[in-house]
Amino acid sequence: MTTSQANNPLGPGYEGVAGSEMRFRDIFRDTLRAEMNRDDDVFLMGEDISGGFDKDTKEPLDAWGGPFAATKGLVQEFGVERIRDTPISEAGFVGAAVGSALTGMRPVVDLMYFDFVTVAFDQLLSNAAKSRYMFGGQTKVPLTLFARSGAGTGHAAQHSESFYSMLAHIPGLKVVVPSDPYSVKGLLAAAIRDDDPVFLVNDKKLINLTGFVPDEEYIIELGKGRYMRRGTDVTLVGMSYTSVVCQQAADQLAEIGIDAEVIDMMSLSPFDEDILIESVAKTNNVVIVDEDTPRASMASEFAAVIADKAFDHLDSPVKRVTSPHSPVPYSRDLEIEFMPQPADVVGTVKKLLGRE
Amino acid sequence: MDISKKKLEWIYTTMYRIRRFEETMLEQTLKGNSMGVAHTSDGQEAPPTGICAHLTDKDWIGSTHRGHGHCISKGLETDKMMAEVFGKATGQCGGKGGSMHISDFSKGMLGANGIVGASIPLAVGAALTAKLKGIENESVGVSFFGDGASSQGVLHESMNLASVWKLPVIFACENNGYAEATPSWYAVSAEDIASRAEGYGMPGVVVDGMDVFAVYDAAGEAIARARAGEGPTLIEMKTYRYHGHFHADDTSKYRKPEEEEYYKKLDSIKHFERTVTKQKLMTEKKLKSIRDAIEQEMLDAVEFALNSPMPDVSTVYDDVYVNYSNPIAGLR
Repeated sequence: MTTSQANNPLGPGYEGVAGSEMRFRDIFRDTLRAEMNRDDDVFLMGEDISGGFDKDTKEPLDAWGGPFAATKGLVQEFGVERIRDTPISEAGFVGAAVGSALTGMRPVVDLMYFDFVTVAFDQLLSNAAKSRYMFGGQTKVPLTLFARSGAGTGHAAQHSESFYSMLAHIPGLKVVVPSDPYSVKGLLAAAIRDDDPVFLVNDKKLINLTGFVPDEEYIIELGKGRYMRRGTDVTLVGMSYTSVVCQQAADQLAEIGIDAEVIDMMSLSPFDEDILIESVAKTNNVVIVDEDTPRASMASEFAAVIADKAFDHLDSPVKRVTSPHSPVPYSRDLEIEFMPQPADVVGTVKKLLGRE
Repeated sequence: MDISKKKLEWIYTTMYRIRRFEETMLEQTLKGNSMGVAHTSDGQEAPPTGICAHLTDKDWIGSTHRGHGHCISKGLETDKMMAEVFGKATGQCGGKGGSMHISDFSKGMLGANGIVGASIPLAVGAALTAKLKGIENESVGVSFFGDGASSQGVLHESMNLASVWKLPVIFACENNGYAEATPSWYAVSAEDIASRAEGYGMPGVVVDGMDVFAVYDAAGEAIARARAGEGPTLIEMKTYRYHGHFHADDTSKYRKPEEEEYYKKLDSIKHFERTVTKQKLMTEKKLKSIRDAIEQEMLDAVEFALNSPMPDVSTVYDDVYVNYSNPIAGLR
């Protein structure tokens, strides 16, 4: 099949590309496999990334195939040296990954749930992100980390965080947030090939979604956003799963005659200032949608850039739709209240455009 | 046997309550009545029961993601626990925490914890409070953790700290052989986790974690030491979880049936029943009456949880702080 106007993750104007409909989780694994085949220095570490060993033969059982089965089957292809199950020692194995990256390998670390970042945070902040700078450019840290973020699955406060803003705050670290199968293929490949430490934050709500993926090998340049939909009345800025929320909101807005443009940021550090300014210059109105908590968030950062560099184009205040300044609750109704919903975006746009 | 009749009844009631709570909760989770992730501890009844048999509400315990047995052993009520797992307003945490975060500070329960190893230093802190207040004799801290958490740096830092400060702490390692699907023979570099105590200058003991009497004896000694101001102890209890890591985990992918059968033969509840009836400490009639009461308690707990209201959505914004002057609500 080829991309059509109806279902085109590459954005308007890129119709006719060959590819197929794939699940997010499948293209994620295929991309890991492709990168491991491409470069022998790439190896993977994490808890239960194969999962389980036979006591007698010591052979891996691949019982879990990684959290959410993200790496299922890879241990059979690449063996236990390159698909390396770890003890539950996040600080230890993230630190070891940094050390390995400093000495010539390209480690990829599966941190399972995004919340577990904090267990290894010192290694990430003080070693991964700073080594190149503080050693005067002598070295590089070609390290990739990924983990699952986001509320909505009843995992409660310690397994549902979206605080990618905390990582984007760190000079030396890059942060990317795929929002569909197309973007995870290009961003994961780019992250692994990049010579700096890159954290790929993967919202759990995306894992079973399907979408169009081009057949050809490609990378998405780190720091670039994309248009998911063109419009003239208001710019909706999404990142990670909120790019899906923005598209749903845009569909609902179209029904009431509001033509929304949707931007998917894809990268949070570095990020695409130009696409924000370009879009706002056209629509003159903007709503940024972020599942992270609002204080010192990416939503706030994007709002600041727009206020600074696109002020003269604005017809209305820059609006943010975010989660509350609270941990993630467990109970289903509370979780739904916590997360930004399409209706919240639609309501904000209607207010903004005086269409209530 | 040097255990009072009343205490024996408490031990049996507690172990059977844990068993049936876990089985009932799992059944309800698979029915869709619980809304999140649930980790069961049936099979591992002896460690929390044998330890908490020596504790009062003034003693503190820290728990894990597999925390229901710790909660029950510390006296939490199963109806409020069930309601919490169901995400209801009447739950132990008002539906905010769920299975992985049940706590009751009035009963000395510092909370189940979703981050592996994260509750270990909390029990050290509770023991520090006791030492600072001069009440070590009546308030010890117990850190429950698994073989998985024994690989976390925070355990090692906590053990050193507790030993340096001679704090009244019990490091209670429930070694069930698996961290998720990873066997401890793969992930733990020592034959016995208890051997690590030596490096931190405290006693380390290995106990049969399927034998509640063995746990009770070892814990009694360690807790007496702690209350006497003689510092921490590491107790490793070799045990087994009957179900998967979480409700949807299929153990047949990484455990052999003969291994599961082996541990079922060691079942801690059956072992207790055999021991007390053989030694004529409790009658089968008494044991049955306890089981019957628990069966009814579980039916009541499920009914309570099912009939309880969902929390009001406005509670999302409650309890982020004690005092905070800015709006908490999301920007919308």
